[in-house]
Amino acid sequence: MSVKHALLAVLTVEPAGAYRLREQFERRTGGTWPLNMGQVATTLDRLVRDGLVELADGEGEVQRYSLSAAGRVALEGWWSHPVDRSVAAREELAMKLAMAVTVPGVDIARMVQAQRSETVRSMQAMTRLKSDVPDDDLAWGLLLDHMIFAAEAEVRWLDHVESRVARASAAQGAAEVGKAGRVSSVAANGSAK
Amino acid sequence: MSAQGVGPVVVSARALTQVYGAGETQVRALDGVDVDLRLGELVAVMGPSGSGKSTLLHLLGGLASPTSGTVTVSGDDLASLGRAGRARVRRRRVGYVFQDLNLIPLLTAVENVALPLELDGVRPGTARRQAGEALAAMGIEDLAHRFPAQMSGGQQQRVAIARSLVGPRRVVLADEPTGALDSATGEDVLRVLRARIDAGAAGMIVTHDTRLAAWADRVVFLRDGRVVDTTVVPGPETLLGSRAAR
Repeated sequence: MSVKHALLAVLTVEPAGAYRLREQFERRTGGTWPLNMGQVATTLDRLVRDGLVELADGEGEVQRYSLSAAGRVALEGWWSHPVDRSVAAREELAMKLAMAVTVPGVDIARMVQAQRSETVRSMQAMTRLKSDVPDDDLAWGLLLDHMIFAAEAEVRWLDHVESRVARASAAQGAAEVGKAGRVSSVAANGSAK
Repeated sequence: MSAQGVGPVVVSARALTQVYGAGETQVRALDGVDVDLRLGELVAVMGPSGSGKSTLLHLLGGLASPTSGTVTVSGDDLASLGRAGRARVRRRRVGYVFQDLNLIPLLTAVENVALPLELDGVRPGTARRQAGEALAAMGIEDLAHRFPAQMSGGQQQRVAIARSLVGPRRVVLADEPTGALDSATGEDVLRVLRARIDAGAAGMIVTHDTRLAAWADRVVFLRDGRVVDTTVVPGPETLLGSRAAR
């Protein structure tokens, strides 16, 4: 999640102070990415340092910020480039599965089902939220759709993991049986031909 | 969309077992399944191919008889009703929706929906009126006089759902009801089914589609004929924080 670009996006609407920016960020993202004021302040300092945001006239004691020309260019770049998905490979679930299939004694099927149930449960909750979204709140509806589709992809991946693991263990079992009874299996194959 | 209004159990299965074949080719399609469906509740059944999903649906609606175990519909044990009694349950209490081939092409929407009532001896005028009410409950009363070929797939499935819940019927059993529809249309159908159930019905759907299953209050996972897990929808505030609590 690029907080930097999201704050630039909020500033396209109007100049704003740090509190207002955080409030708008959380409103637009449905409160799903909580930001603390420290993060907002640090991000704004960097944006000012990099010339993407300028100090604007304040409202009383509140320092307001506005988008610079360079900030607009940076934001255009964010809109036009796809999000880097390489971080997905480092997600905890993928890492957990990678560990689970390489160490002995883990009940993968149980682990996969537990994860599937958890993911479906979260999809149920998100779908329930979606059913209450007013027609004019397109952003919130699409954000929920994004999370639902991402969760669905995870369930499909879990289905895939399950069948891959089942096939691998069946092949392993067959290989072990094969080692023990290679002579008889060769004989059986021979007679079948 | 709410599970708060969930009412009494309308369909119940205990130790439901279905065995096909014998000897070495014997298959236990269902193996000791317990499940309840309550008024106001939508339950989704998921599982890989061959896990027993469709068998479960057939047994709950009295389309087949189990090898052992019991199914009760509104308190009546289907086994004790006999063939004619089970047929009566299907006409009056339980409706079905399938993936396709749901409607009779030569009948209009309202005629399709009125059909189970007329087969049950309801006078044509009364049957048409109740069919009109069932279509209105699905928000498609304006389609009443269209033939299936004049409707989209999503509209046809809405008519099929209206028929499944026409008159005194309060239970719909649906096997991949949106399997022939595109993603957005399938979701629209689930949305109106959900609303219809919230307004006073009960439904069980078998689906491969997790996004559609997510409309359910409970998701039952079957594997090799057994229930391996059941999820219940959590409160949204536990998931999404401030926005959800607003």
